[in-house]
Parts: sequence; C-alpha cells; structure tokens
Amino acid sequence: MIQFSEEAMRRYETILSHYPAKRAALLPVLTLAQREFGWISQEVADYLSELMGYPPSDILSVATFYTMLHKKPVGKYHMEICRNVSCWLMGTYPCVDEIKRQLKIDVGEITADGKFSWNLTECLGSCGTAPAMQVGDRYYENLTPTRIVEIIEKLANE
Amino acid sequence: MNKILLVNIEKPDQTTIAKYRERGGYKALEKALAMEPAAIIDEVKTSGLRGRGGAGFPTGMKWGFVPRNTGKPTYLLCNADESEPGTFKDRILMERDPHLLIEGMAIACFALGCHLSYIYLRGEYEFIAHTLQRALDEAYEAGILGPSVMGKDFALDLYLHLGQGAYICGEETSLIESLEGYRGYPRIKPPFPATHGFLASPTVVNNVETLCALPWIITNGAAAHAAIGTEKSKGTKLFSVSGHVNKPGVYEVDMGYPLLDFINNEAGGIPNGRMLKAVIPGGSSVPVLTAAECDGVLLDYESLLKAGSMLGSGGMIVLDDSTKMPEVLSVIADFYAHESCGQCTPCREGTGWAAKILRNLIAGKGKRTDIDLLLKIADMMEGKTICPLADADVMPIRSFVTKFRSEFEALSAN
Ligand SMILES: Cc1cc2nc3c(=O)[nH]c(=O)nc-3n(C[C@H](O)[C@H](O)[C@H](O)COP(=O)(O)O)c2cc1C
Ligand code: SF4
Ligand code: FES
Repeated sequence: MIQFSEEAMRRYETILSHYPAKRAALLPVLTLAQREFGWISQEVADYLSELMGYPPSDILSVATFYTMLHKKPVGKYHMEICRNVSCWLMGTYPCVDEIKRQLKIDVGEITADGKFSWNLTECLGSCGTAPAMQVGDRYYENLTPTRIVEIIEKLANE
Repeated sequence: MNKILLVNIEKPDQTTIAKYRERGGYKALEKALAMEPAAIIDEVKTSGLRGRGGAGFPTGMKWGFVPRNTGKPTYLLCNADESEPGTFKDRILMERDPHLLIEGMAIACFALGCHLSYIYLRGEYEFIAHTLQRALDEAYEAGILGPSVMGKDFALDLYLHLGQGAYICGEETSLIESLEGYRGYPRIKPPFPATHGFLASPTVVNNVETLCALPWIITNGAAAHAAIGTEKSKGTKLFSVSGHVNKPGVYEVDMGYPLLDFINNEAGGIPNGRMLKAVIPGGSSVPVLTAAECDGVLLDYESLLKAGSMLGSGGMIVLDDSTKMPEVLSVIADFYAHESCGQCTPCREGTGWAAKILRNLIAGKGKRTDIDLLLKIADMMEGKTICPLADADVMPIRSFVTKFRSEFEALSAN
C-alpha cells in the first residue's frame, strides 16, 4: 500500500485548509500525489479515494481530463515541447529531431535510465521566446538543436 | 504613450514587497479601503475599463451584476490560465510585479465584499507560482492579507490554485468547475457566475491584466483612465507579439494605437527584408487579417472589429510572405481538436474533422471539395455549442480559407 510521506501529509492538510469545500482540493491533491508517486496509477486513485472519500473511478475521471496529470510513468525530466504556431514557425521540429537523436526515444517512451521522456504540448505562453519547452518547474526558451544538446547533457548530470 | 501596467516592470527587485512599497505600492489599496465599496465600483465603471481576458466586457458593469446580501459569500477568481495561443502578457505581470496583482485583487475584493479569493494559474506556469507564493507570503506577513487588511475591519484570504493542463479551463465556467475539483466542462449559461459561480455563490472572474489596472485607476482616478484611448476603448492594453518580427515581446500601448506602427516600431518590423503577409491580432481564436486589411487599423476593440477581426487577448502573431497559410491553419486546427472538452457534438466532431481534413490536404492527399467542406464544417459548428471554443475554431478556419483560398486550392489540385 502506498501512502503520503509525513511532509506530504502536512501539505495535504494545508491544501484542505485553503478551500471551503473539500472537493475543491482534489486537483491540488492530485498534483501533490503525482509529485509523490510520479503518476496517477490505479493504486494512487485507490489511495486518494480512501483519503478523500470519492470513488476511485471519479478521481481517475478527473485526472484523465488534465494533460499534466500522467496516466502512465514518465521520465524524471519530462520535456513538454510546444508545437503551437509561434514555436512551430521558429523551429519546434528541428529541436524535436535533436531530442530523438540524443535520447533515442519516441513520444511517450522513457529512456532506459528512467531520466527522460518527452511530449508535444500546446502554447506555453512563451511565443515571444520561441521555441519553448517546459520541464517541471522550469521553462527553456529560444531553443535550438544545439541548446537541446546542452540542456539534455546538463539534466543528465544533475 | 501612457504606462499603467508596465510602469515598474524593468525595475530591480520589483517582486519584493519592500521595493514595491518604496515605489508607491499598496497606496491605492489604502485609498480604496477608505472609500465606500459602491464608490469603488462606480469609479471602475467610469474609468471605462473592459476585461482584458478576451471578451472585453466592461469590468465595473460585471461587478454591478453581483447581488448583495444573498447570505452567501462572494468570490473573486483571478483568471491566470493564460493559454490562448500567442498570448504571454499576463505572465510578465506575475513574474515581475506580483504585488501589483495582489493589490489589484485586494481592491476588487474590498469593492465586492469578497473575503476568499483564488488565483487560478495554469499548471505549466509552476515557475511563476514560486514568485507569486513568495509575494503572497510577504503580503500576509505585512498584514496586507489576512484577518485585517491594512488594519481595516476587513478579512481577506488569497490563495494560489494551479491548473493541470487544459486550455478550456480559461473559459470562466470551466475554470469554476475545475476549481471545484471536477473535469473542466463549461457550464450552460444562464445562470451566470455573477449569481451562481464557485460553489453556487456569486462570483466574479477577472483576467490578470484587468485586475492589474485597478491600482492605477484608484490612484489616478477614473477620469484620468477614461482620458486615455478612444471613445469606447479606454486605457492601455498589453500586446504580446510573436512570429515574424524583429523584437517579439510584450508592449503596452494606448488603445487606438495604429496596428502597422506597432508592428514596425514596437515589434521592430519584419526580419530578413521580408514583407508582411498576415496578422492574427488577438490570439489564435480571432480571424486573421491580410496585410492589405491591416492598413489604417487601430489597436482597439471597435477598429479591429470593423476590420473583420477582434482584439481578443492581445496575443498578436505576425506572419511574413514566406508563410504557408494552410500549414498555419493546420497547426491551429489541431490545437482546437485537442482542446475541445467533448461535451458538444458539433465541437467534438467538427474540430476533429476539420483538423483531419487539413492534415490530409497538407500531406497532398486532399480533394478539391475539401475546401468547401471546411467552410461547411465551420458553419455547422458556429453558434451551436455550450461555450465559445467551437466558434474560436470557426474564426481561423473561415478567415484563412476565404482569404487565402488559392493556397488551399493549390494543395488540392488533383
Ligand atoms: C476557450 C476560452 C478560453 C479562455 N481562456 C482565457 C484565459 O486563458 N485567460 C483569461 O483571462 N480569459 C480567458 N477566457 C475568457 C474568460 O472566459 C473570461 O471572459 C475572462 O476571464 C473574464 O475576465 P475579464 O472580464 O477580466 O476579461 C477564455 C474564454 C474562452 C471561451
Ligand atoms: S464548445 Fe467545445 S469546448 Fe466548449 S463546451 Fe462544447 S465541446 Fe466543450
Ligand atoms: S506558441 Fe509556443 S509558447 Fe506560444
């Protein structure tokens, strides 16, 4: 059985205290769960169901609506590369090709060491510094294939 | 050119409460707290401020719809979901001047009698959440938020709430559903959020940029704000410009500033000696303008509408003469197909169908009849859905196909 760490449990209580209705805490709690467990598995849904009192199917139905909540495992560094107009104009695909060349994985796959995965995403709000990608709580902007090589190397050694 | 929003954006350490206050921050809130809430609402009405999230609805009037003494709490929700393709204006305000947003929200909350308020921030902006949270913590410590706002008998709690990746959650009723902990399905209106919003209580949803204009309006007065801009579009507006320009970025201009001057001056013109081909002036959901149509157009709600487009979010995408318009439309159509929440059949089926036709056309597998089919799909989607996302797909489809028809025909020659 999985469960929140003590620290996550404290965070959980804080989250609940921010809302006049418990249900409103569900999305932040799912986010917390993903941080703890990596992705929203059936096991995670079962655990949250017990914790919050909503059916697991209800919890999964919410989770599947939101693209940032993962329905399968992702790499430690999950790269979300913008494919929308301004990034596409400025060269998303050469960067994607470089990622594929470097990591030898396709969309939805994870590198053997579990470190990297990638996906295409919609406008990240970085159109003026396109192309852009989001990796966790970091944005990388003005991407070029050369920059991609540098970023991957840096993250690999982090 | 006037500065209302980006006054301190370049100044060092503006994110700290110390520097924010040193530069006059929280004086507007202090002034507002000494006013009658109804007088603040009147002031906002007179200022002519209109919502900067896309629809341009008069802010003071929206606040006026909120019923008083219902026995239920009133909520203010800040829409920081910023996901309209081409739009990156709210983030600069939150990244560089987070206390401006907090001050604007506190003023709005006092005017509306709201004691609990949220910033709904798109999940991808987690890096901004750190900056905002620090600013919120500082504001609590300084007694600007909490049980007694600046010593006044008025309590206000303000929390950050992160979305998790869904463009549709920027639509206000979807945002409310999402905040309540459900799938972000837009609600049928009426009832409107003003009476039945968050937790079935009176709710106002306002965009970041809208709220950030409030401190200036309170400090300088409604008349000063109404003196800027055009007859019906008041104040300044942030435009985030990207695509084929030398100086992409966020610029604040007076409402009514000429579009082509903006592209040539603020945005630095078109690179590589190329010519302007088209402009999407207000985010991907508004009709594209050809270069010829841009002539004489001003950056305000009325002028852009008259030119056949809309001001939208102010997310401007500039396209030069090397751009293949069917490919741009295909990228846009894929976006709407991906982001349709699937509740309404015309939207779910129409956005997907249009995207597929365009992908086929570009792959050289299209038919001549596909072009009229695209227009027919647009007609079938328009005005038949719960929320305006389907219409937001119709705008680019119809405008791209009719204005650049020969490019689509060339792709389907056989
Ligand atoms: C599909 C869709 C997406 C939207 N996305 C946003 C958004 O990201 N940010 C925003 O402020 N408003 C967005 N809006 C507009 C909101 O519904 C709402 O009108 C706005 O937040 C009201 O604030 P304002 O009056 O201050 O502009 C969106 C609307 C639609 C239909
Ligand atoms: S128009 Fe599209 S996005 Fe909006 S409610 Fe209907 S299906 Fe959902
Ligand atoms: S188009 Fe890529 S960040 Fe906006």
